[in-house]
Amino acid sequence: MRRSAFALLLLLSLPALALITLPLVGLCSCMRIGSLGACVCCREASSALTLSLITSGIAAAVITLIGTPFAYWLAYCDFRGKKVVETLVDLPIVLPPAVAGVALLFTLGARGLLGQYLAVAHIRLPFTTAAVVLAQMFVAGPFYFRQARIGFQGVPQPLLLASRTLGASAFRAFRQVILPLASPALIAGLIMAWARAVGEFGATLVFAGSLQGVTRTMPLAIYNSMDADPTHATAVVLSVALVTICFLVIIITRAVLTRAAGLQETSRA
Amino acid sequence: MRTLTFACLTLTALAVTLCGRPARAAGTLTVVAASSLTEGLQDMKPVFEKAHPGVELRLSFASSSQCRMQIEQGAPADVFLSADTENMDPLVKAKLVDKPVIFAHNTLIIIVPKDNPAGIKSPGDLTKPGVKLITCAPKVPIGNYTRQVIDKMDASGEFGPDFKERVLANIVSEEPNVKGIVGKVTLGEADAAFCYVSDVTPPVKARVQTIEIPEKMNAIADYPMAVISATADRELAQAFIEFVLSREGQRILKNRGFIPARPEKPSRTPTMRPKAK
Repeated sequence: MRRSAFALLLLLSLPALALITLPLVGLCSCMRIGSLGACVCCREASSALTLSLITSGIAAAVITLIGTPFAYWLAYCDFRGKKVVETLVDLPIVLPPAVAGVALLFTLGARGLLGQYLAVAHIRLPFTTAAVVLAQMFVAGPFYFRQARIGFQGVPQPLLLASRTLGASAFRAFRQVILPLASPALIAGLIMAWARAVGEFGATLVFAGSLQGVTRTMPLAIYNSMDADPTHATAVVLSVALVTICFLVIIITRAVLTRAAGLQETSRA
Repeated sequence: MRTLTFACLTLTALAVTLCGRPARAAGTLTVVAASSLTEGLQDMKPVFEKAHPGVELRLSFASSSQCRMQIEQGAPADVFLSADTENMDPLVKAKLVDKPVIFAHNTLIIIVPKDNPAGIKSPGDLTKPGVKLITCAPKVPIGNYTRQVIDKMDASGEFGPDFKERVLANIVSEEPNVKGIVGKVTLGEADAAFCYVSDVTPPVKARVQTIEIPEKMNAIADYPMAVISATADRELAQAFIEFVLSREGQRILKNRGFIPARPEKPSRTPTMRPKAK
């Protein structure tokens, strides 16, 4: 490419570059290293961090458990209404989180579609840590379902058929052929779903509420501390922590997927 | 090449237009106010705009603590109406607002969903284990006033020992502002909450039951307002302040459940006096 063309493209790309880098630079420049240490240990930040890690961990585990058979079904079965199911899977990804929160509230809240029956059994979900996990599962699940399905579909059919003709049962074929070959995609999907769960804010605020130690995850703690703490120390520290986590997520996911692509090439050779 | 030059020129022109101008058009007054003033200020808007033709009143509502934060971060607004002095004082100290003036007062009341699932009949019932009480963070005025009322109730000794501890233990969520609290109660998600008397508007009243707080234990909320120092139109901002303090403004606030700061003076029109004999 000619130097002048490159220079022109760079110039035109500056606004986009500025858009993605300047906010991060601004965030890190507001951080004072001294207050960082003090604040990580302070109750609000550490409680939010622990709660975020626990809830997102549980959400990710449950998503994997229920998502794997679901993704397998979508990958290998054809049925009437499959397109509808696929659209429903994609929906929570584009749905505004606040809408997700309202939807959960009107389904599982005290007077909700299912919530009213749960209430009779003395199970009231809003304002509980379980509600946080549910909100995270709803918004983050599709990230795993989609990626897992792509992973399962990417298993080369000849290999699968070969294993069956060699006498492997369906379950053994799944365990020893499909799973290993799809695992990079499954792992990448899990990491993305987990990252989305950690960052979940709108649905959690509307459905689960905000209370330190019970429902106040990191994003909610940041929101709360913005007007509660004049130094904004908690907000900055937690924001930097979240940005760091997201960076790691991206790096690891890309590494896993690149490795997967490499493996696929060698398996076809 | 020609298309490229044209594109660059358009972009530059756009950038200059967007960056150069301040956010406010002439004849706009931006008011940043506490959420509890939502209905009151919305009632005032048409009256103020009619009295000042050509002026558009833009209202922005959030918890007073969020409003304060926005002003500290330089949000372009002209007037700030707060629900407590704690959120106005730091702005005065930082010289971000002019001298504030109290324009209204408010008191608190307890609301429960219409069907009252937790069976709350008096403030003492708030200590029942398992009651889902919601409030706001302490920096939000209603959160601060609620805790003041709970302290007073505890000090009175009328509602049993450990009243404060037991009630505070029942808090299940801290909503962003008072309207969020009211919303969760009308939805039936929370069992009880403290809110302002002014928040029990007709639509809310249809969905809740109210429990009075004994007068000597209630908190009196002082609402200060001030012109923001960086305002683009000090005259108009001052006119708005005067409008809120005027008879009309105070009457509108009284209609909405607030206690006016300037109580209505009895009419001074001369009455027919019986002729002295």
